[in-house]
Amino acid sequence: MGISTKKEFETNDFPILDQYEGGSIILTQLDALVNWARANSVWPLTFGTRCCAIEFMAVGASRHDMARFGYEVARATPRQADMIIISGSINYKMAPVLKRLYDQIADPKYVIAMGACAVSGGPFFYNSYSIVKGADHVIPVDIYVPGCPPRPEALLFAFLQLQKKIKREKNFKKNLVK
Amino acid sequence: MTNEQLSAYLSARFPDVEIKQGVQYLEITVPAVNLHDVARHLKDTAELAFDYLVCLSGVDYPEYISVVYHLESTKHSHFLVMKVKTKDRQDSSIDTVCDVWPTAEFHEREVYDLLGVKFNNHPDLRRLFLDENWGFPLRKDYVDEVHIVAR
Repeated sequence: MGISTKKEFETNDFPILDQYEGGSIILTQLDALVNWARANSVWPLTFGTRCCAIEFMAVGASRHDMARFGYEVARATPRQADMIIISGSINYKMAPVLKRLYDQIADPKYVIAMGACAVSGGPFFYNSYSIVKGADHVIPVDIYVPGCPPRPEALLFAFLQLQKKIKREKNFKKNLVK
Repeated sequence: MTNEQLSAYLSARFPDVEIKQGVQYLEITVPAVNLHDVARHLKDTAELAFDYLVCLSGVDYPEYISVVYHLESTKHSHFLVMKVKTKDRQDSSIDTVCDVWPTAEFHEREVYDLLGVKFNNHPDLRRLFLDENWGFPLRKDYVDEVHIVAR
């Protein structure tokens, strides 16, 4: 590979590989490889605050079996997890704990808000002194799953959507539009 | 004992107690000053033997706060509902029944936490769920401009 004469990119914006002819192809393939690995081994945190957690367990059990999509390794510590499923309502006493758990997950990290309570406070939106009106007041959410509780199929659909989102990521070309 | 026998027994033993037949259970309303004596008698008398405090709950009424005790006897399989009214909503204090039924300790802490009923002689009357500076959120006149979206 010789040094490229193309000047349409700012040299400092890209890794050194991109300056060579064919370098971007390698980067694209690397992205595809890394995203393939990441999207098929998203490990959720064992975290359930209310009845949606029961549905989450059902998704983990044999009938629905989230292992088909690489989500089966629910970790009991955020340091080994990639993703947090907020399955249930978050109250004001729980909110700092949720924030700390999210901060302890290593990047890249993803959040699924499962059920009406995690999306918006749900049935506890009005006249409740204790429930946070949506978990996105505390941490950023990637996928919202409506339902009270959502069917296991809905959570599986959210898993697939999250995989699509992960597969679109550009890990090596930081300044390209994602 | 049947509800009728219980009613006859209690009205003879405690003249101050109001007795009313509810939908399912016999309901007695005890003056706050007699609460501890009545509770001790219900537990320790052999033919009553209410040894199981099923539930202890608080109710917010406009004039006063009521505490309701659901009692069962595992020996005789009879059931009784005992109600106590506090003096008013500001000065809401009644005696504890912790020493009679030890399970009441946490139940009374919860009622104190959410409704602000003070239980005299309670060994450890701290907040159970909420922070110290929180109000009593299950009272009807509780307001919280920050957290509550009112409707």
